[in-house]
Formats: sequence, C-alpha cells, structure tokens
Amino acid sequence: MTTIAKKKKAVQMDPTDVVQDLLKKYPTKVARKRAKQIMVNEAEGASTPEMGANVRTIPGIITMRGCTYAGCKGVILGPTRDIVNITHGPIGCGFYSWLTRRNQTHAETDADENFMTYAFSTDMNENDIVFGGEKKLKQAIQEAYDLFHPKAIAVFSTCPVGLIGDDVHAVSKEMKAKLGINIFGFSCEGYKGVSQSAGHHIANNQIFKHVVGTEGEVKVGEFKINLLGEYNIGGDGFEIDRILDACGITVISTFSGNSTYEQFATAHTADLNTVMCHRSINYVAEMMETKYGIPWIKVNFIGAEATAKSLRKIAQYFDSPKLTERVEAVIAQEMPAVKEVMDDVRSRTEGKTAMLFVGGSRAHHYQELFNEIGMRTISAGYEFAHRDDYEGRHVIPEIKIDADSRNIEELEVEPCSENYNPRKTQEELKKLEESGFKFKEYAGMIPDMPNKSLVIDDLNQYEAEKLIEIMKPDIFCAGIKEKYSVQKLGIPLKQLHNYDIGGPYAGFKGAINFFTDIDRMVNSKVWSYMKAPWQENPELSATYAWE
Amino acid sequence: MKTVEPFVSTTNACKMCTPLGAAMAFKGLEGCVPFLHGSQGCATYMRRYIISHFREPMDIASSSLGEKDAVYGGKANLMQGLLNVIGKYKAPAVGIATTCLTETIGDDVPTILHEFKKECLADLNGEMPALIHCSTPSYGGSHMEGFHAAVRSMVAQLADPKTAKHRGINLFSGFVSPEDIRHLQDVFAHFGLPATLLPDYSETLDGPALEDYQNIPGGGTPLDAVRAMPGADASIEFGRTIKPERSAGAVLRDTYGVPLHSLGLPIGLRESDALFTTLETLAGCSAPRRYALERGQLLDAMVDGHKYVAGKKAIIYGEEDLVVGLTSFLSEIGIKPVLVASGGESGLLAEAVAAVTEEFPGDPPLVRDGVDFYQIVAEAEALEPDLIVGNSKGYRELARARNIPLIRVGFPIHDRFGSQRVLHLGYRGALNLYDLIVNALIEKKQEDSSVGYGYI
Ligand code: SF4
Ligand code: SF4
Repeated sequence: MTTIAKKKKAVQMDPTDVVQDLLKKYPTKVARKRAKQIMVNEAEGASTPEMGANVRTIPGIITMRGCTYAGCKGVILGPTRDIVNITHGPIGCGFYSWLTRRNQTHAETDADENFMTYAFSTDMNENDIVFGGEKKLKQAIQEAYDLFHPKAIAVFSTCPVGLIGDDVHAVSKEMKAKLGINIFGFSCEGYKGVSQSAGHHIANNQIFKHVVGTEGEVKVGEFKINLLGEYNIGGDGFEIDRILDACGITVISTFSGNSTYEQFATAHTADLNTVMCHRSINYVAEMMETKYGIPWIKVNFIGAEATAKSLRKIAQYFDSPKLTERVEAVIAQEMPAVKEVMDDVRSRTEGKTAMLFVGGSRAHHYQELFNEIGMRTISAGYEFAHRDDYEGRHVIPEIKIDADSRNIEELEVEPCSENYNPRKTQEELKKLEESGFKFKEYAGMIPDMPNKSLVIDDLNQYEAEKLIEIMKPDIFCAGIKEKYSVQKLGIPLKQLHNYDIGGPYAGFKGAINFFTDIDRMVNSKVWSYMKAPWQENPELSATYAWE
Repeated sequence: MKTVEPFVSTTNACKMCTPLGAAMAFKGLEGCVPFLHGSQGCATYMRRYIISHFREPMDIASSSLGEKDAVYGGKANLMQGLLNVIGKYKAPAVGIATTCLTETIGDDVPTILHEFKKECLADLNGEMPALIHCSTPSYGGSHMEGFHAAVRSMVAQLADPKTAKHRGINLFSGFVSPEDIRHLQDVFAHFGLPATLLPDYSETLDGPALEDYQNIPGGGTPLDAVRAMPGADASIEFGRTIKPERSAGAVLRDTYGVPLHSLGLPIGLRESDALFTTLETLAGCSAPRRYALERGQLLDAMVDGHKYVAGKKAIIYGEEDLVVGLTSFLSEIGIKPVLVASGGESGLLAEAVAAVTEEFPGDPPLVRDGVDFYQIVAEAEALEPDLIVGNSKGYRELARARNIPLIRVGFPIHDRFGSQRVLHLGYRGALNLYDLIVNALIEKKQEDSSVGYGYI
C-alpha cells in the first residue's frame, strides 16, 4: 500500500519529467500504450503531435469511462422526456441509469408526458439467457404501450443481449407494425465500443434514421436553429434557451437536453445547426447538411465571452441587422452583472491552477470560464473523445478505423427528395466565408491550451492521484467517481458531468454561478484544519528527490 | 384485498444487481480490491452508485472486455487486468466477481485463476495475493445474493483447516451500515468476546480525511482473521432469509464443525434480545450494564412516544433481511406494517415476516417479494399508509406522491447526508430509528397544522 504525501508543495517540475513520473510504475507494455495518450503541449510548435485517443482502456486500470449502453441510453436518450425507454437485459444496467440528477427536464404543462422518472427493464433471468428473451421483450413493449400509450418506445440492448442473439430491431419492427407507434431498437451492448462515445453514435444514428424528418409541422420563427450536443446538465439548457429567446432566436430542437420526440421529428425544419459538444454529435450535423441542406457551425455557451461570441456568430449567419441589434442589446444588458462578479472573484482566484478531466467537450469549454477568473488550466483531457476533439477536424481523414469503430454503423445519407433545401446559396456561403465566417470548423482543445500544459486522454485513477501529487492544482474537475479520492488528497473537486447541486453554468447567469462556486471551493479553509493541534508531527510523508 | 396483476417487465426495480453486492462485501476485507470480470460499464455504474451513498472513494477494477473478447473469451483480459491491479495497488487481496457478460459466455474463472497463479507468479516477484472469486450473474438474483456469495467465497476460499482452536467468534453481520458495524464491534468488545466481523467496511467506506492519502484505505477484516475462522468457538450470522447454500456460517459449520447461530438482523427489541441472549451464552457472563441501560431507555422511549406512533400504518421495502427486521421493530412499537415488499426473491420472506409478526393481533402484513416499485405503488393505493420506511428509491412515488414521510434506511440513500452513519442495529439502533420515526410523524403533523404549534 502506498501513501502519498500531500503536505509539501512541489517545486516547478518540467512537464516532461511529470510524464516520466506518471509512466514509471507501469509494466513496459502498459507504459508504451499510455505514453501515446499523454502529451506535453508545445503551443509554439507548428503542428501538434498525434494524440492517442478513442482506444480501449487497459484491463485492471480503474477508468473513468462507462460503457456504450451508458452513452446511448443515459446520455443521449436520457434527457428526452416522452419516449419510453426499455432496457433489454438483466436488472442492473437499467437500474443504474434510472433518473439521475443529470436529467433535468421541464414539461410545459402537467399534462405533458414525462417518462424520465421510470426505469423499464426486461429484468432477464436465467431462463431468458438460455432460451432467448425476445418474447419477454415483446411483452414488455406491449405492457409499456398499454400503460402509457406513448408516441414512441426505444429499446436498448445490454451486453448479454448481443451474445444470446436477441434481435431487438426485428422485435421493434414487429411491435411497431402491431401497435402503430414508432418503436426502434439500439444495438448498444456495453462491450461494443471503447467508451460511451460509441453509444452516442449508435443513439444519434437511430434517432436520425427513425425520427428526424418524420413530422412536417413547421414552427413559426424567423431565426430557427437546432442546438446539437447540449444536454441540459444542471439546467444549462434552460439558461441557453432563455438567452436565445431574448435574442429572438427560435430553437426547433435540442439534441437532447430537455427534448421531446416532436423536436427530433421536426429538426429538419431549422435553418442552422449549432454544435456544442463536437464529440457526441458532429456526425449528425454532417448528415443533416447532406440530407436537408442545413449548414452547421460550432458554438460554445460555456463562458460569458464565449456565449457572446456564439450569439454574434449566429446573428452573422442570418445576416439580419435586426437580429444583430437584438443580440448586441442582450449582451450589453447581461454583461455588467457578469463582469462585476468576475472581477470580484478574480481578485481571489487569479493565478490559481485547474485540471479538467471530463467527457468529450467540457474539458475544453470550461477552460474559458477558468480563464475569465484568471485561473490557468495546467492539465486537461477527455474521457471519451477522439483525435479530432484534441487536434481539430482536419485530422479526421487520417483517423484509422479500427475494429471497435467498425462496430458502429455508418449511415449512407443522400439529399432528401422532399425536404432537401440548401439554406444559403453558394454565393452567400462564399461571402460569409470570405468575411472570416467558419462553417464546420472545430480546432480542438490543444490549440487553446497553455504552453507546457499536459494533455492526457482517458486519465485513470492512478494517474489522477499521481498528477495531483506532483502538480498540486488548486481545483480538479471530473465526476462523482473521482470526487472523494481527489478530495482525500486535499484538493477540492468540482463535478462537471453533472454539477452536483450547482448550476447552471452555461450562458451569462451560469458564468456567475460558476465563478461563485469556484471561489468558494478554492478558498475554503477546511484544508488547513486537517491536523489537530494535539497531534504529533508523524513523519509519515515520503520525501521526493526534487525536494 | 386487491392484488396487482403480475407484469413480465420490471418498472423501477426495488433491487440492484448481483455484482454490486459482491463488490461491497469484498470492500470489507483488508486491502482487497474488488474486480469485476466483464465489460467496464458495470464497474463504472456500480462505483457511481456506491460512491454516491457513502461519499467515499470506491475503486472497482474491471477486465474491460471488448466485443472480440466477448466472442473468444475473457481470459487474456482477466489475467492482464489482475497483473495491473496487483502491480499498481500492491493489493494483498483481489475479490473477483463475474458479470452477466462473462457468465453468459461461460468463462471458467476458477481455472483461469489457477493458471494465473502458475504463470504469473514470477511477474509478481513470487508474491501472489489472495485471489477470491465468486460467480455473480445478475440474472440469478439480486445484490443480496451477490453479497452473501462473496462473503461465503471469502470464507470458503481463505479458511485454513489447520487453524488451532481459539475463543473467537465469527460474525457475519450482513449488508449493514458502517455505523452498525462499529456498534457491533463495541458490543462484542464489551462482552469480552474477540470477534472476527466479516465484511468490515466500517473504515474502508467511512474513512477519515487524511493528511496522507492511501489508495487502498485502511481497515477491513484482516485476512489472517478470516483464515482462522475454522478455529472459532462459534459463528453468528444475521439474516432470516439467507438460504443454506448462500450462508457463510453454514460452510464453517458443515466443513469444520463450528457451531452456527442464525439470527435475524438485530433490529428492534426482540431481535436484539435474541442477539444479547446468544452473546451471554457464548461469553458465559451477563450483558454489561450499559446494554441493560440501553434496553431500558428504548422501552422508556416506546412508552413516551407511543401516542405519536400507535395505530399508524407503514409500508416497508428494501432487502429481505432488512425488511424482516424493520417489520419486527415497527410491530413492537405499535405501528402496523401494512405492506412488506422486496425485490429479492429468496422464497423465505413470507415465512420470516410471519415469524416476527405472529404474536401481534390483527391481520398480518401483506408480503410481496420479487416486486418492483410500480407494483408496490399499485398495492399502496388501497392501503393508506402514514409512513414509508426504506431507501431513497421510493421517495418520489411512494412518499412524495402521498405527502407522507419517508424514513430513510439501508441502501442506497442518495438524497440525505450521512448515510454511512445511520445506526439500525441493537437497542441503540432501535432508539435511533424510533426517534427518526416519531420526529417525522410530529413534523408531518406540525406542517399540516394551520396553527403552527411549537409545542407538540
Ligand atoms: S450486466 Fe449484469 S452485472 Fe452488469 S450492470 Fe447489468 S445487471 Fe449488473
Ligand atoms: S452489462 Fe454491458 S451494458 Fe450493462 S452496464 Fe455492463 S457494460 Fe454496460
């Protein structure tokens, strides 16, 4: 058993040495593998070196990652309130993904359906595993239908399902024909991909295939957008909606925070796709462009400045003086309150350091908020991103397809004979681009990170502890699984998968919430009370070579 | 009485899956790292669940199987995973539980471990930690089956037949809180009885804030103490719904002749009386005065608080052993358990509930095993309960929907603070529960009143 000393502040260590230190204890094979996923950022260098990402987690290494099923059912379909989700499998998988704090939704009226408080499962038993569970699944679908008469039912496969060969798609199809509502299945067995990311892809593909474009009703609104890759964590979506609404921008659909079936079904009627989390959804934006002619841009509503920038970008796209004026008015109205808190907090946080190890976009977006209060991100990485999220979209053609990615169906998409409608003419697009407007552009996390910072993909428990021991950040951002071990190391942990009891952190009001929360956490006195005055000085702490 | 139609599907389950229980139990062995053989999602989900309840680190390693391994078998992953865990944690023990995936593909874990011990000894510089394994397909039971399976495996696989006789007592206390474990340890110490309590996660899942972090938390039942279990004077095992083939105490009795005292979870007066009577016999002395005092205080409280609780109706849900104990206690204090429900399906629940309620007049409570919250809610419609007793999972549909109090006990408690310090067991635990219940009822009354009395 190893003990880690936390008392002594580390002297400035060269990041390359930190990397060596991280890898030192690993068996050679493991060290070699991990070395590809750990990089010292040389911002000055012309090209970024290749970042290892989206590769399998090494067995026995305690990972932050979850499974494909979790990404599919929990992340993407979790926040949609009016689809009945049935987990086909033994009880655990469904139970653990049952209504977490992540899934906030706001039904417009009490009469609106909200099935998020339910966890339906076929709760397979031994018999089903041996003889197959399709019959049970059919009955489960029938029962869910009888109880709620929902618009749609989605069926999620867990690991055993794929192995015993149950065909969830065939069952869904059969029940769809029988019941006359939309029913579709997901082959999202946990082992299918290397992380949740595979599950996002499987989920989005099926939603695109089975739901998008199935309802024709066009919402009124002059400036209509879809918000893709926004999951309404801690009510973020509510704040973004508030701002967009104030600007006069209509959100046709959100994928998938606070969403409904109808939003997905009418998503093709929007005139612009805005992408928040690039990782989990960029391919949907691409497919919608091909099929319906909707262009897409990357936006970011995390950070007050970033929010303002994103709003201006949307206004520029629609090229309407009226919209631009309104956007500027909203920014002018919201900013002073943000600035006031920002300046106050900054006086106490300036120069402090942060580490961020979260999902597929948050580790990047939240650096904005830390910058705004003068805090430096010294190390960051994603839990389940791909190379393009680190290095930028230009590397996409170079990414090798391995067995795990081949598992995920690539949809062949063509322009829709009825609904294809290019939103801008070639000239308009060209004009926008000439003025510096960038479509489908995401440069990744690395270019935005400080020189000599450490970029680490799929950080594990062991490395997290090491990193903290060596670099002593003032705050560490990750999830609940990491929270208590990090805090036992004397470093406060901010949850960013869900926000614990905090949030929203998006938009203008969110920025204020974030600044106050971080202020409270990094300036807490509790860490100074660790030792009782009557305790002897036990010389337990190890000393390090550089001390 | 109306019975609810049986559903084929499960809606809002009232149980968790088998390996979760196993991981909990392994966490109570000193230095042991729980390890799930399967794909990584299961371990991640369970960690999140356990961590949220205890607000403590909970490492569970996984062999992270991919599709290829799912098809060809997970042997290579299991071996590599073990090497990595042992290497990095320097763990003296690893507790390996299977998941639905590896059970479905039929990986033969004992054989793989046997080979591991032969092939990898050199890689580990000749130091092989204790490797304990148990088979925990979730489609074969609930988290309690996993818990008991892991405890039984630890005993069966670690017990040293050559242990000399000793005065110690083996105590299998079941799925209880860290506070319960600490209390039991005090009780045994006060009786002067050396006890080996398994599993002991009182410190591993309720650890202090430290100056120096340990990646394997201190505490846990010492490995050597488990090895010495066959030499003990007797075993005590809590839980009226443990089947003999799941019982750790039965292994020691049947293999090594260690006498077994099977008791209910000591919740409430009578079940605690049974424990203290057993302890007096084993210790050969009468119970220390402090327990006579605690018992007296409990009775005193029961008299004083009777006016608040008498005649109230309660619904109780959770693990089978837990609900039996709670039913026993509520009946004693004059609350009528109208529905006793569990997602577990040992087949022993009805009988166990009958045994603790038969001495009370009136209709016995409705007992439902193998049910989910959807069915519990449906049953509740006609029962008009005043009070709900169970974990956090029944809050929304049972308590909030009726605007009646929920007394949070057991696991998981995800919507209150201090779950690891809820004391359920012994006279003192009963007093604690009693205070909680009475105060919840008073609060409800107070809130419902238009006057706002500050004197009730
Ligand atoms: S597959 Fe089995 S072990 Fe894994 S979470 Fe699901 S029910 Fe639990
Ligand atoms: S069994 Fe598979 S789908 Fe279920 S939690 Fe485990 S990895 Fe995920």
